[in-house]
Amino acid sequence: MKESTVLTDRRLEALLGQILRAGVLIAAAVVLAGGVLYLAKYGGQAPHYGIFRGEVSDLRYVSEIFRDAVAWHARGLIQFGLLILIATPIARVAFSVAAFAAEKDWLYVATTLIVLAILIYSLASS
Amino acid sequence: MSSTLEFTLLIAAGSLLAGMLGSLTGLGGGVVIVPLLTLVFHVDIRYAIGASLVSVIATSSGAAAAYLKEGYSNMRVGMFLEVATTIGALCGAYLAARMPTAAIAIIFGIVLLYSAWMSIHPDADVSPGQTQDRIAGLLRLDGSYPTPEGMRAYHVRGVPLGFGLMYIAGVLSGLLGIGSGAVKVLAMDRAMHIPFKVSTTTSNFMIGVTAAASAGIYLHRGYIDPGLAMPVMLGVAAGALIGARILPGAKVRTLRIVFSVAIAAIAVQMIYKGIGGKI
Repeated sequence: MKESTVLTDRRLEALLGQILRAGVLIAAAVVLAGGVLYLAKYGGQAPHYGIFRGEVSDLRYVSEIFRDAVAWHARGLIQFGLLILIATPIARVAFSVAAFAAEKDWLYVATTLIVLAILIYSLASS
Repeated sequence: MSSTLEFTLLIAAGSLLAGMLGSLTGLGGGVVIVPLLTLVFHVDIRYAIGASLVSVIATSSGAAAAYLKEGYSNMRVGMFLEVATTIGALCGAYLAARMPTAAIAIIFGIVLLYSAWMSIHPDADVSPGQTQDRIAGLLRLDGSYPTPEGMRAYHVRGVPLGFGLMYIAGVLSGLLGIGSGAVKVLAMDRAMHIPFKVSTTTSNFMIGVTAAASAGIYLHRGYIDPGLAMPVMLGVAAGALIGARILPGAKVRTLRIVFSVAIAAIAVQMIYKGIGGKI
């Protein structure tokens, strides 16, 4: 019983590693695409990060970022890539819930669900 | 700094270097990104923290694939402690909105000094526990890891202290936009007596989840600027990748000392600027 648990853990971890790396690569590609558009459009202007103003609501909420990205707005596209990046560790946690459930390890299904709830709360709250 | 294009390329280059040094020394890119952006590029510290947080997720998730193949990390320990780090990260992110930026800069400086010190004094060789701890037993935290002589089992102890330290690591991560690797290692190595290879890989795993917990809040609050986060994230991720490639042949010991001294100098400057209210 103990031996098989270790084995599933390791196979699972290898798979998770692949998922995480794919997520980072996709995120980086989307951010890069948005970055090229962004520089083509705003590259000549003066930078403005010395004064904090906060982002416009378009770039703060999941649904609006998605809408901007689909319309190929440069800043929205970058923000969408960053959302994919933020989603990679969340996907990993969601995946772990299923993995612990397959092992019938209910204590850790519960633990992982708590972590998942905190992550979703953070992304969904405003 | 004449144009956004120049500014973006300079930040990308700086982030690449930071990511590379961070992965070579094991300190992570985040510890230098915020000082780099605030002290050198005069970016507001809130934007700097938002961009750094995103890059922390990139390095953590990117390195996970390499670490996981080795089969060292302990999923139960990681998941259990993530309850503490993610709650801490939420608290840290809320705190960041209420705290004056000067105070954040001072705390950042202190954490930098501590990280530099920890990286020079890494191994106070702690022997793994010989007997099973009651709480660790209830939570099934004990594990085993591969060595040249086969799988070696270890016992975990100090669970409440480790959990508490992880909460603090989470708060610092959410407040400062860093991975808080140094505090996580303290909790797992020193408090819980987890073998070094297991604690570093498990900690890498946890860093991304912790950062994701505060990243959502930073995003809603408008601290994550796409124009700034873009070169930082791409630069740090590429740098970390290069760092991991050249790591096997690098003289890490010397590099680590040089980097730690540099970080200590940056830390003093952050504290000085914070006290002067210039940040």
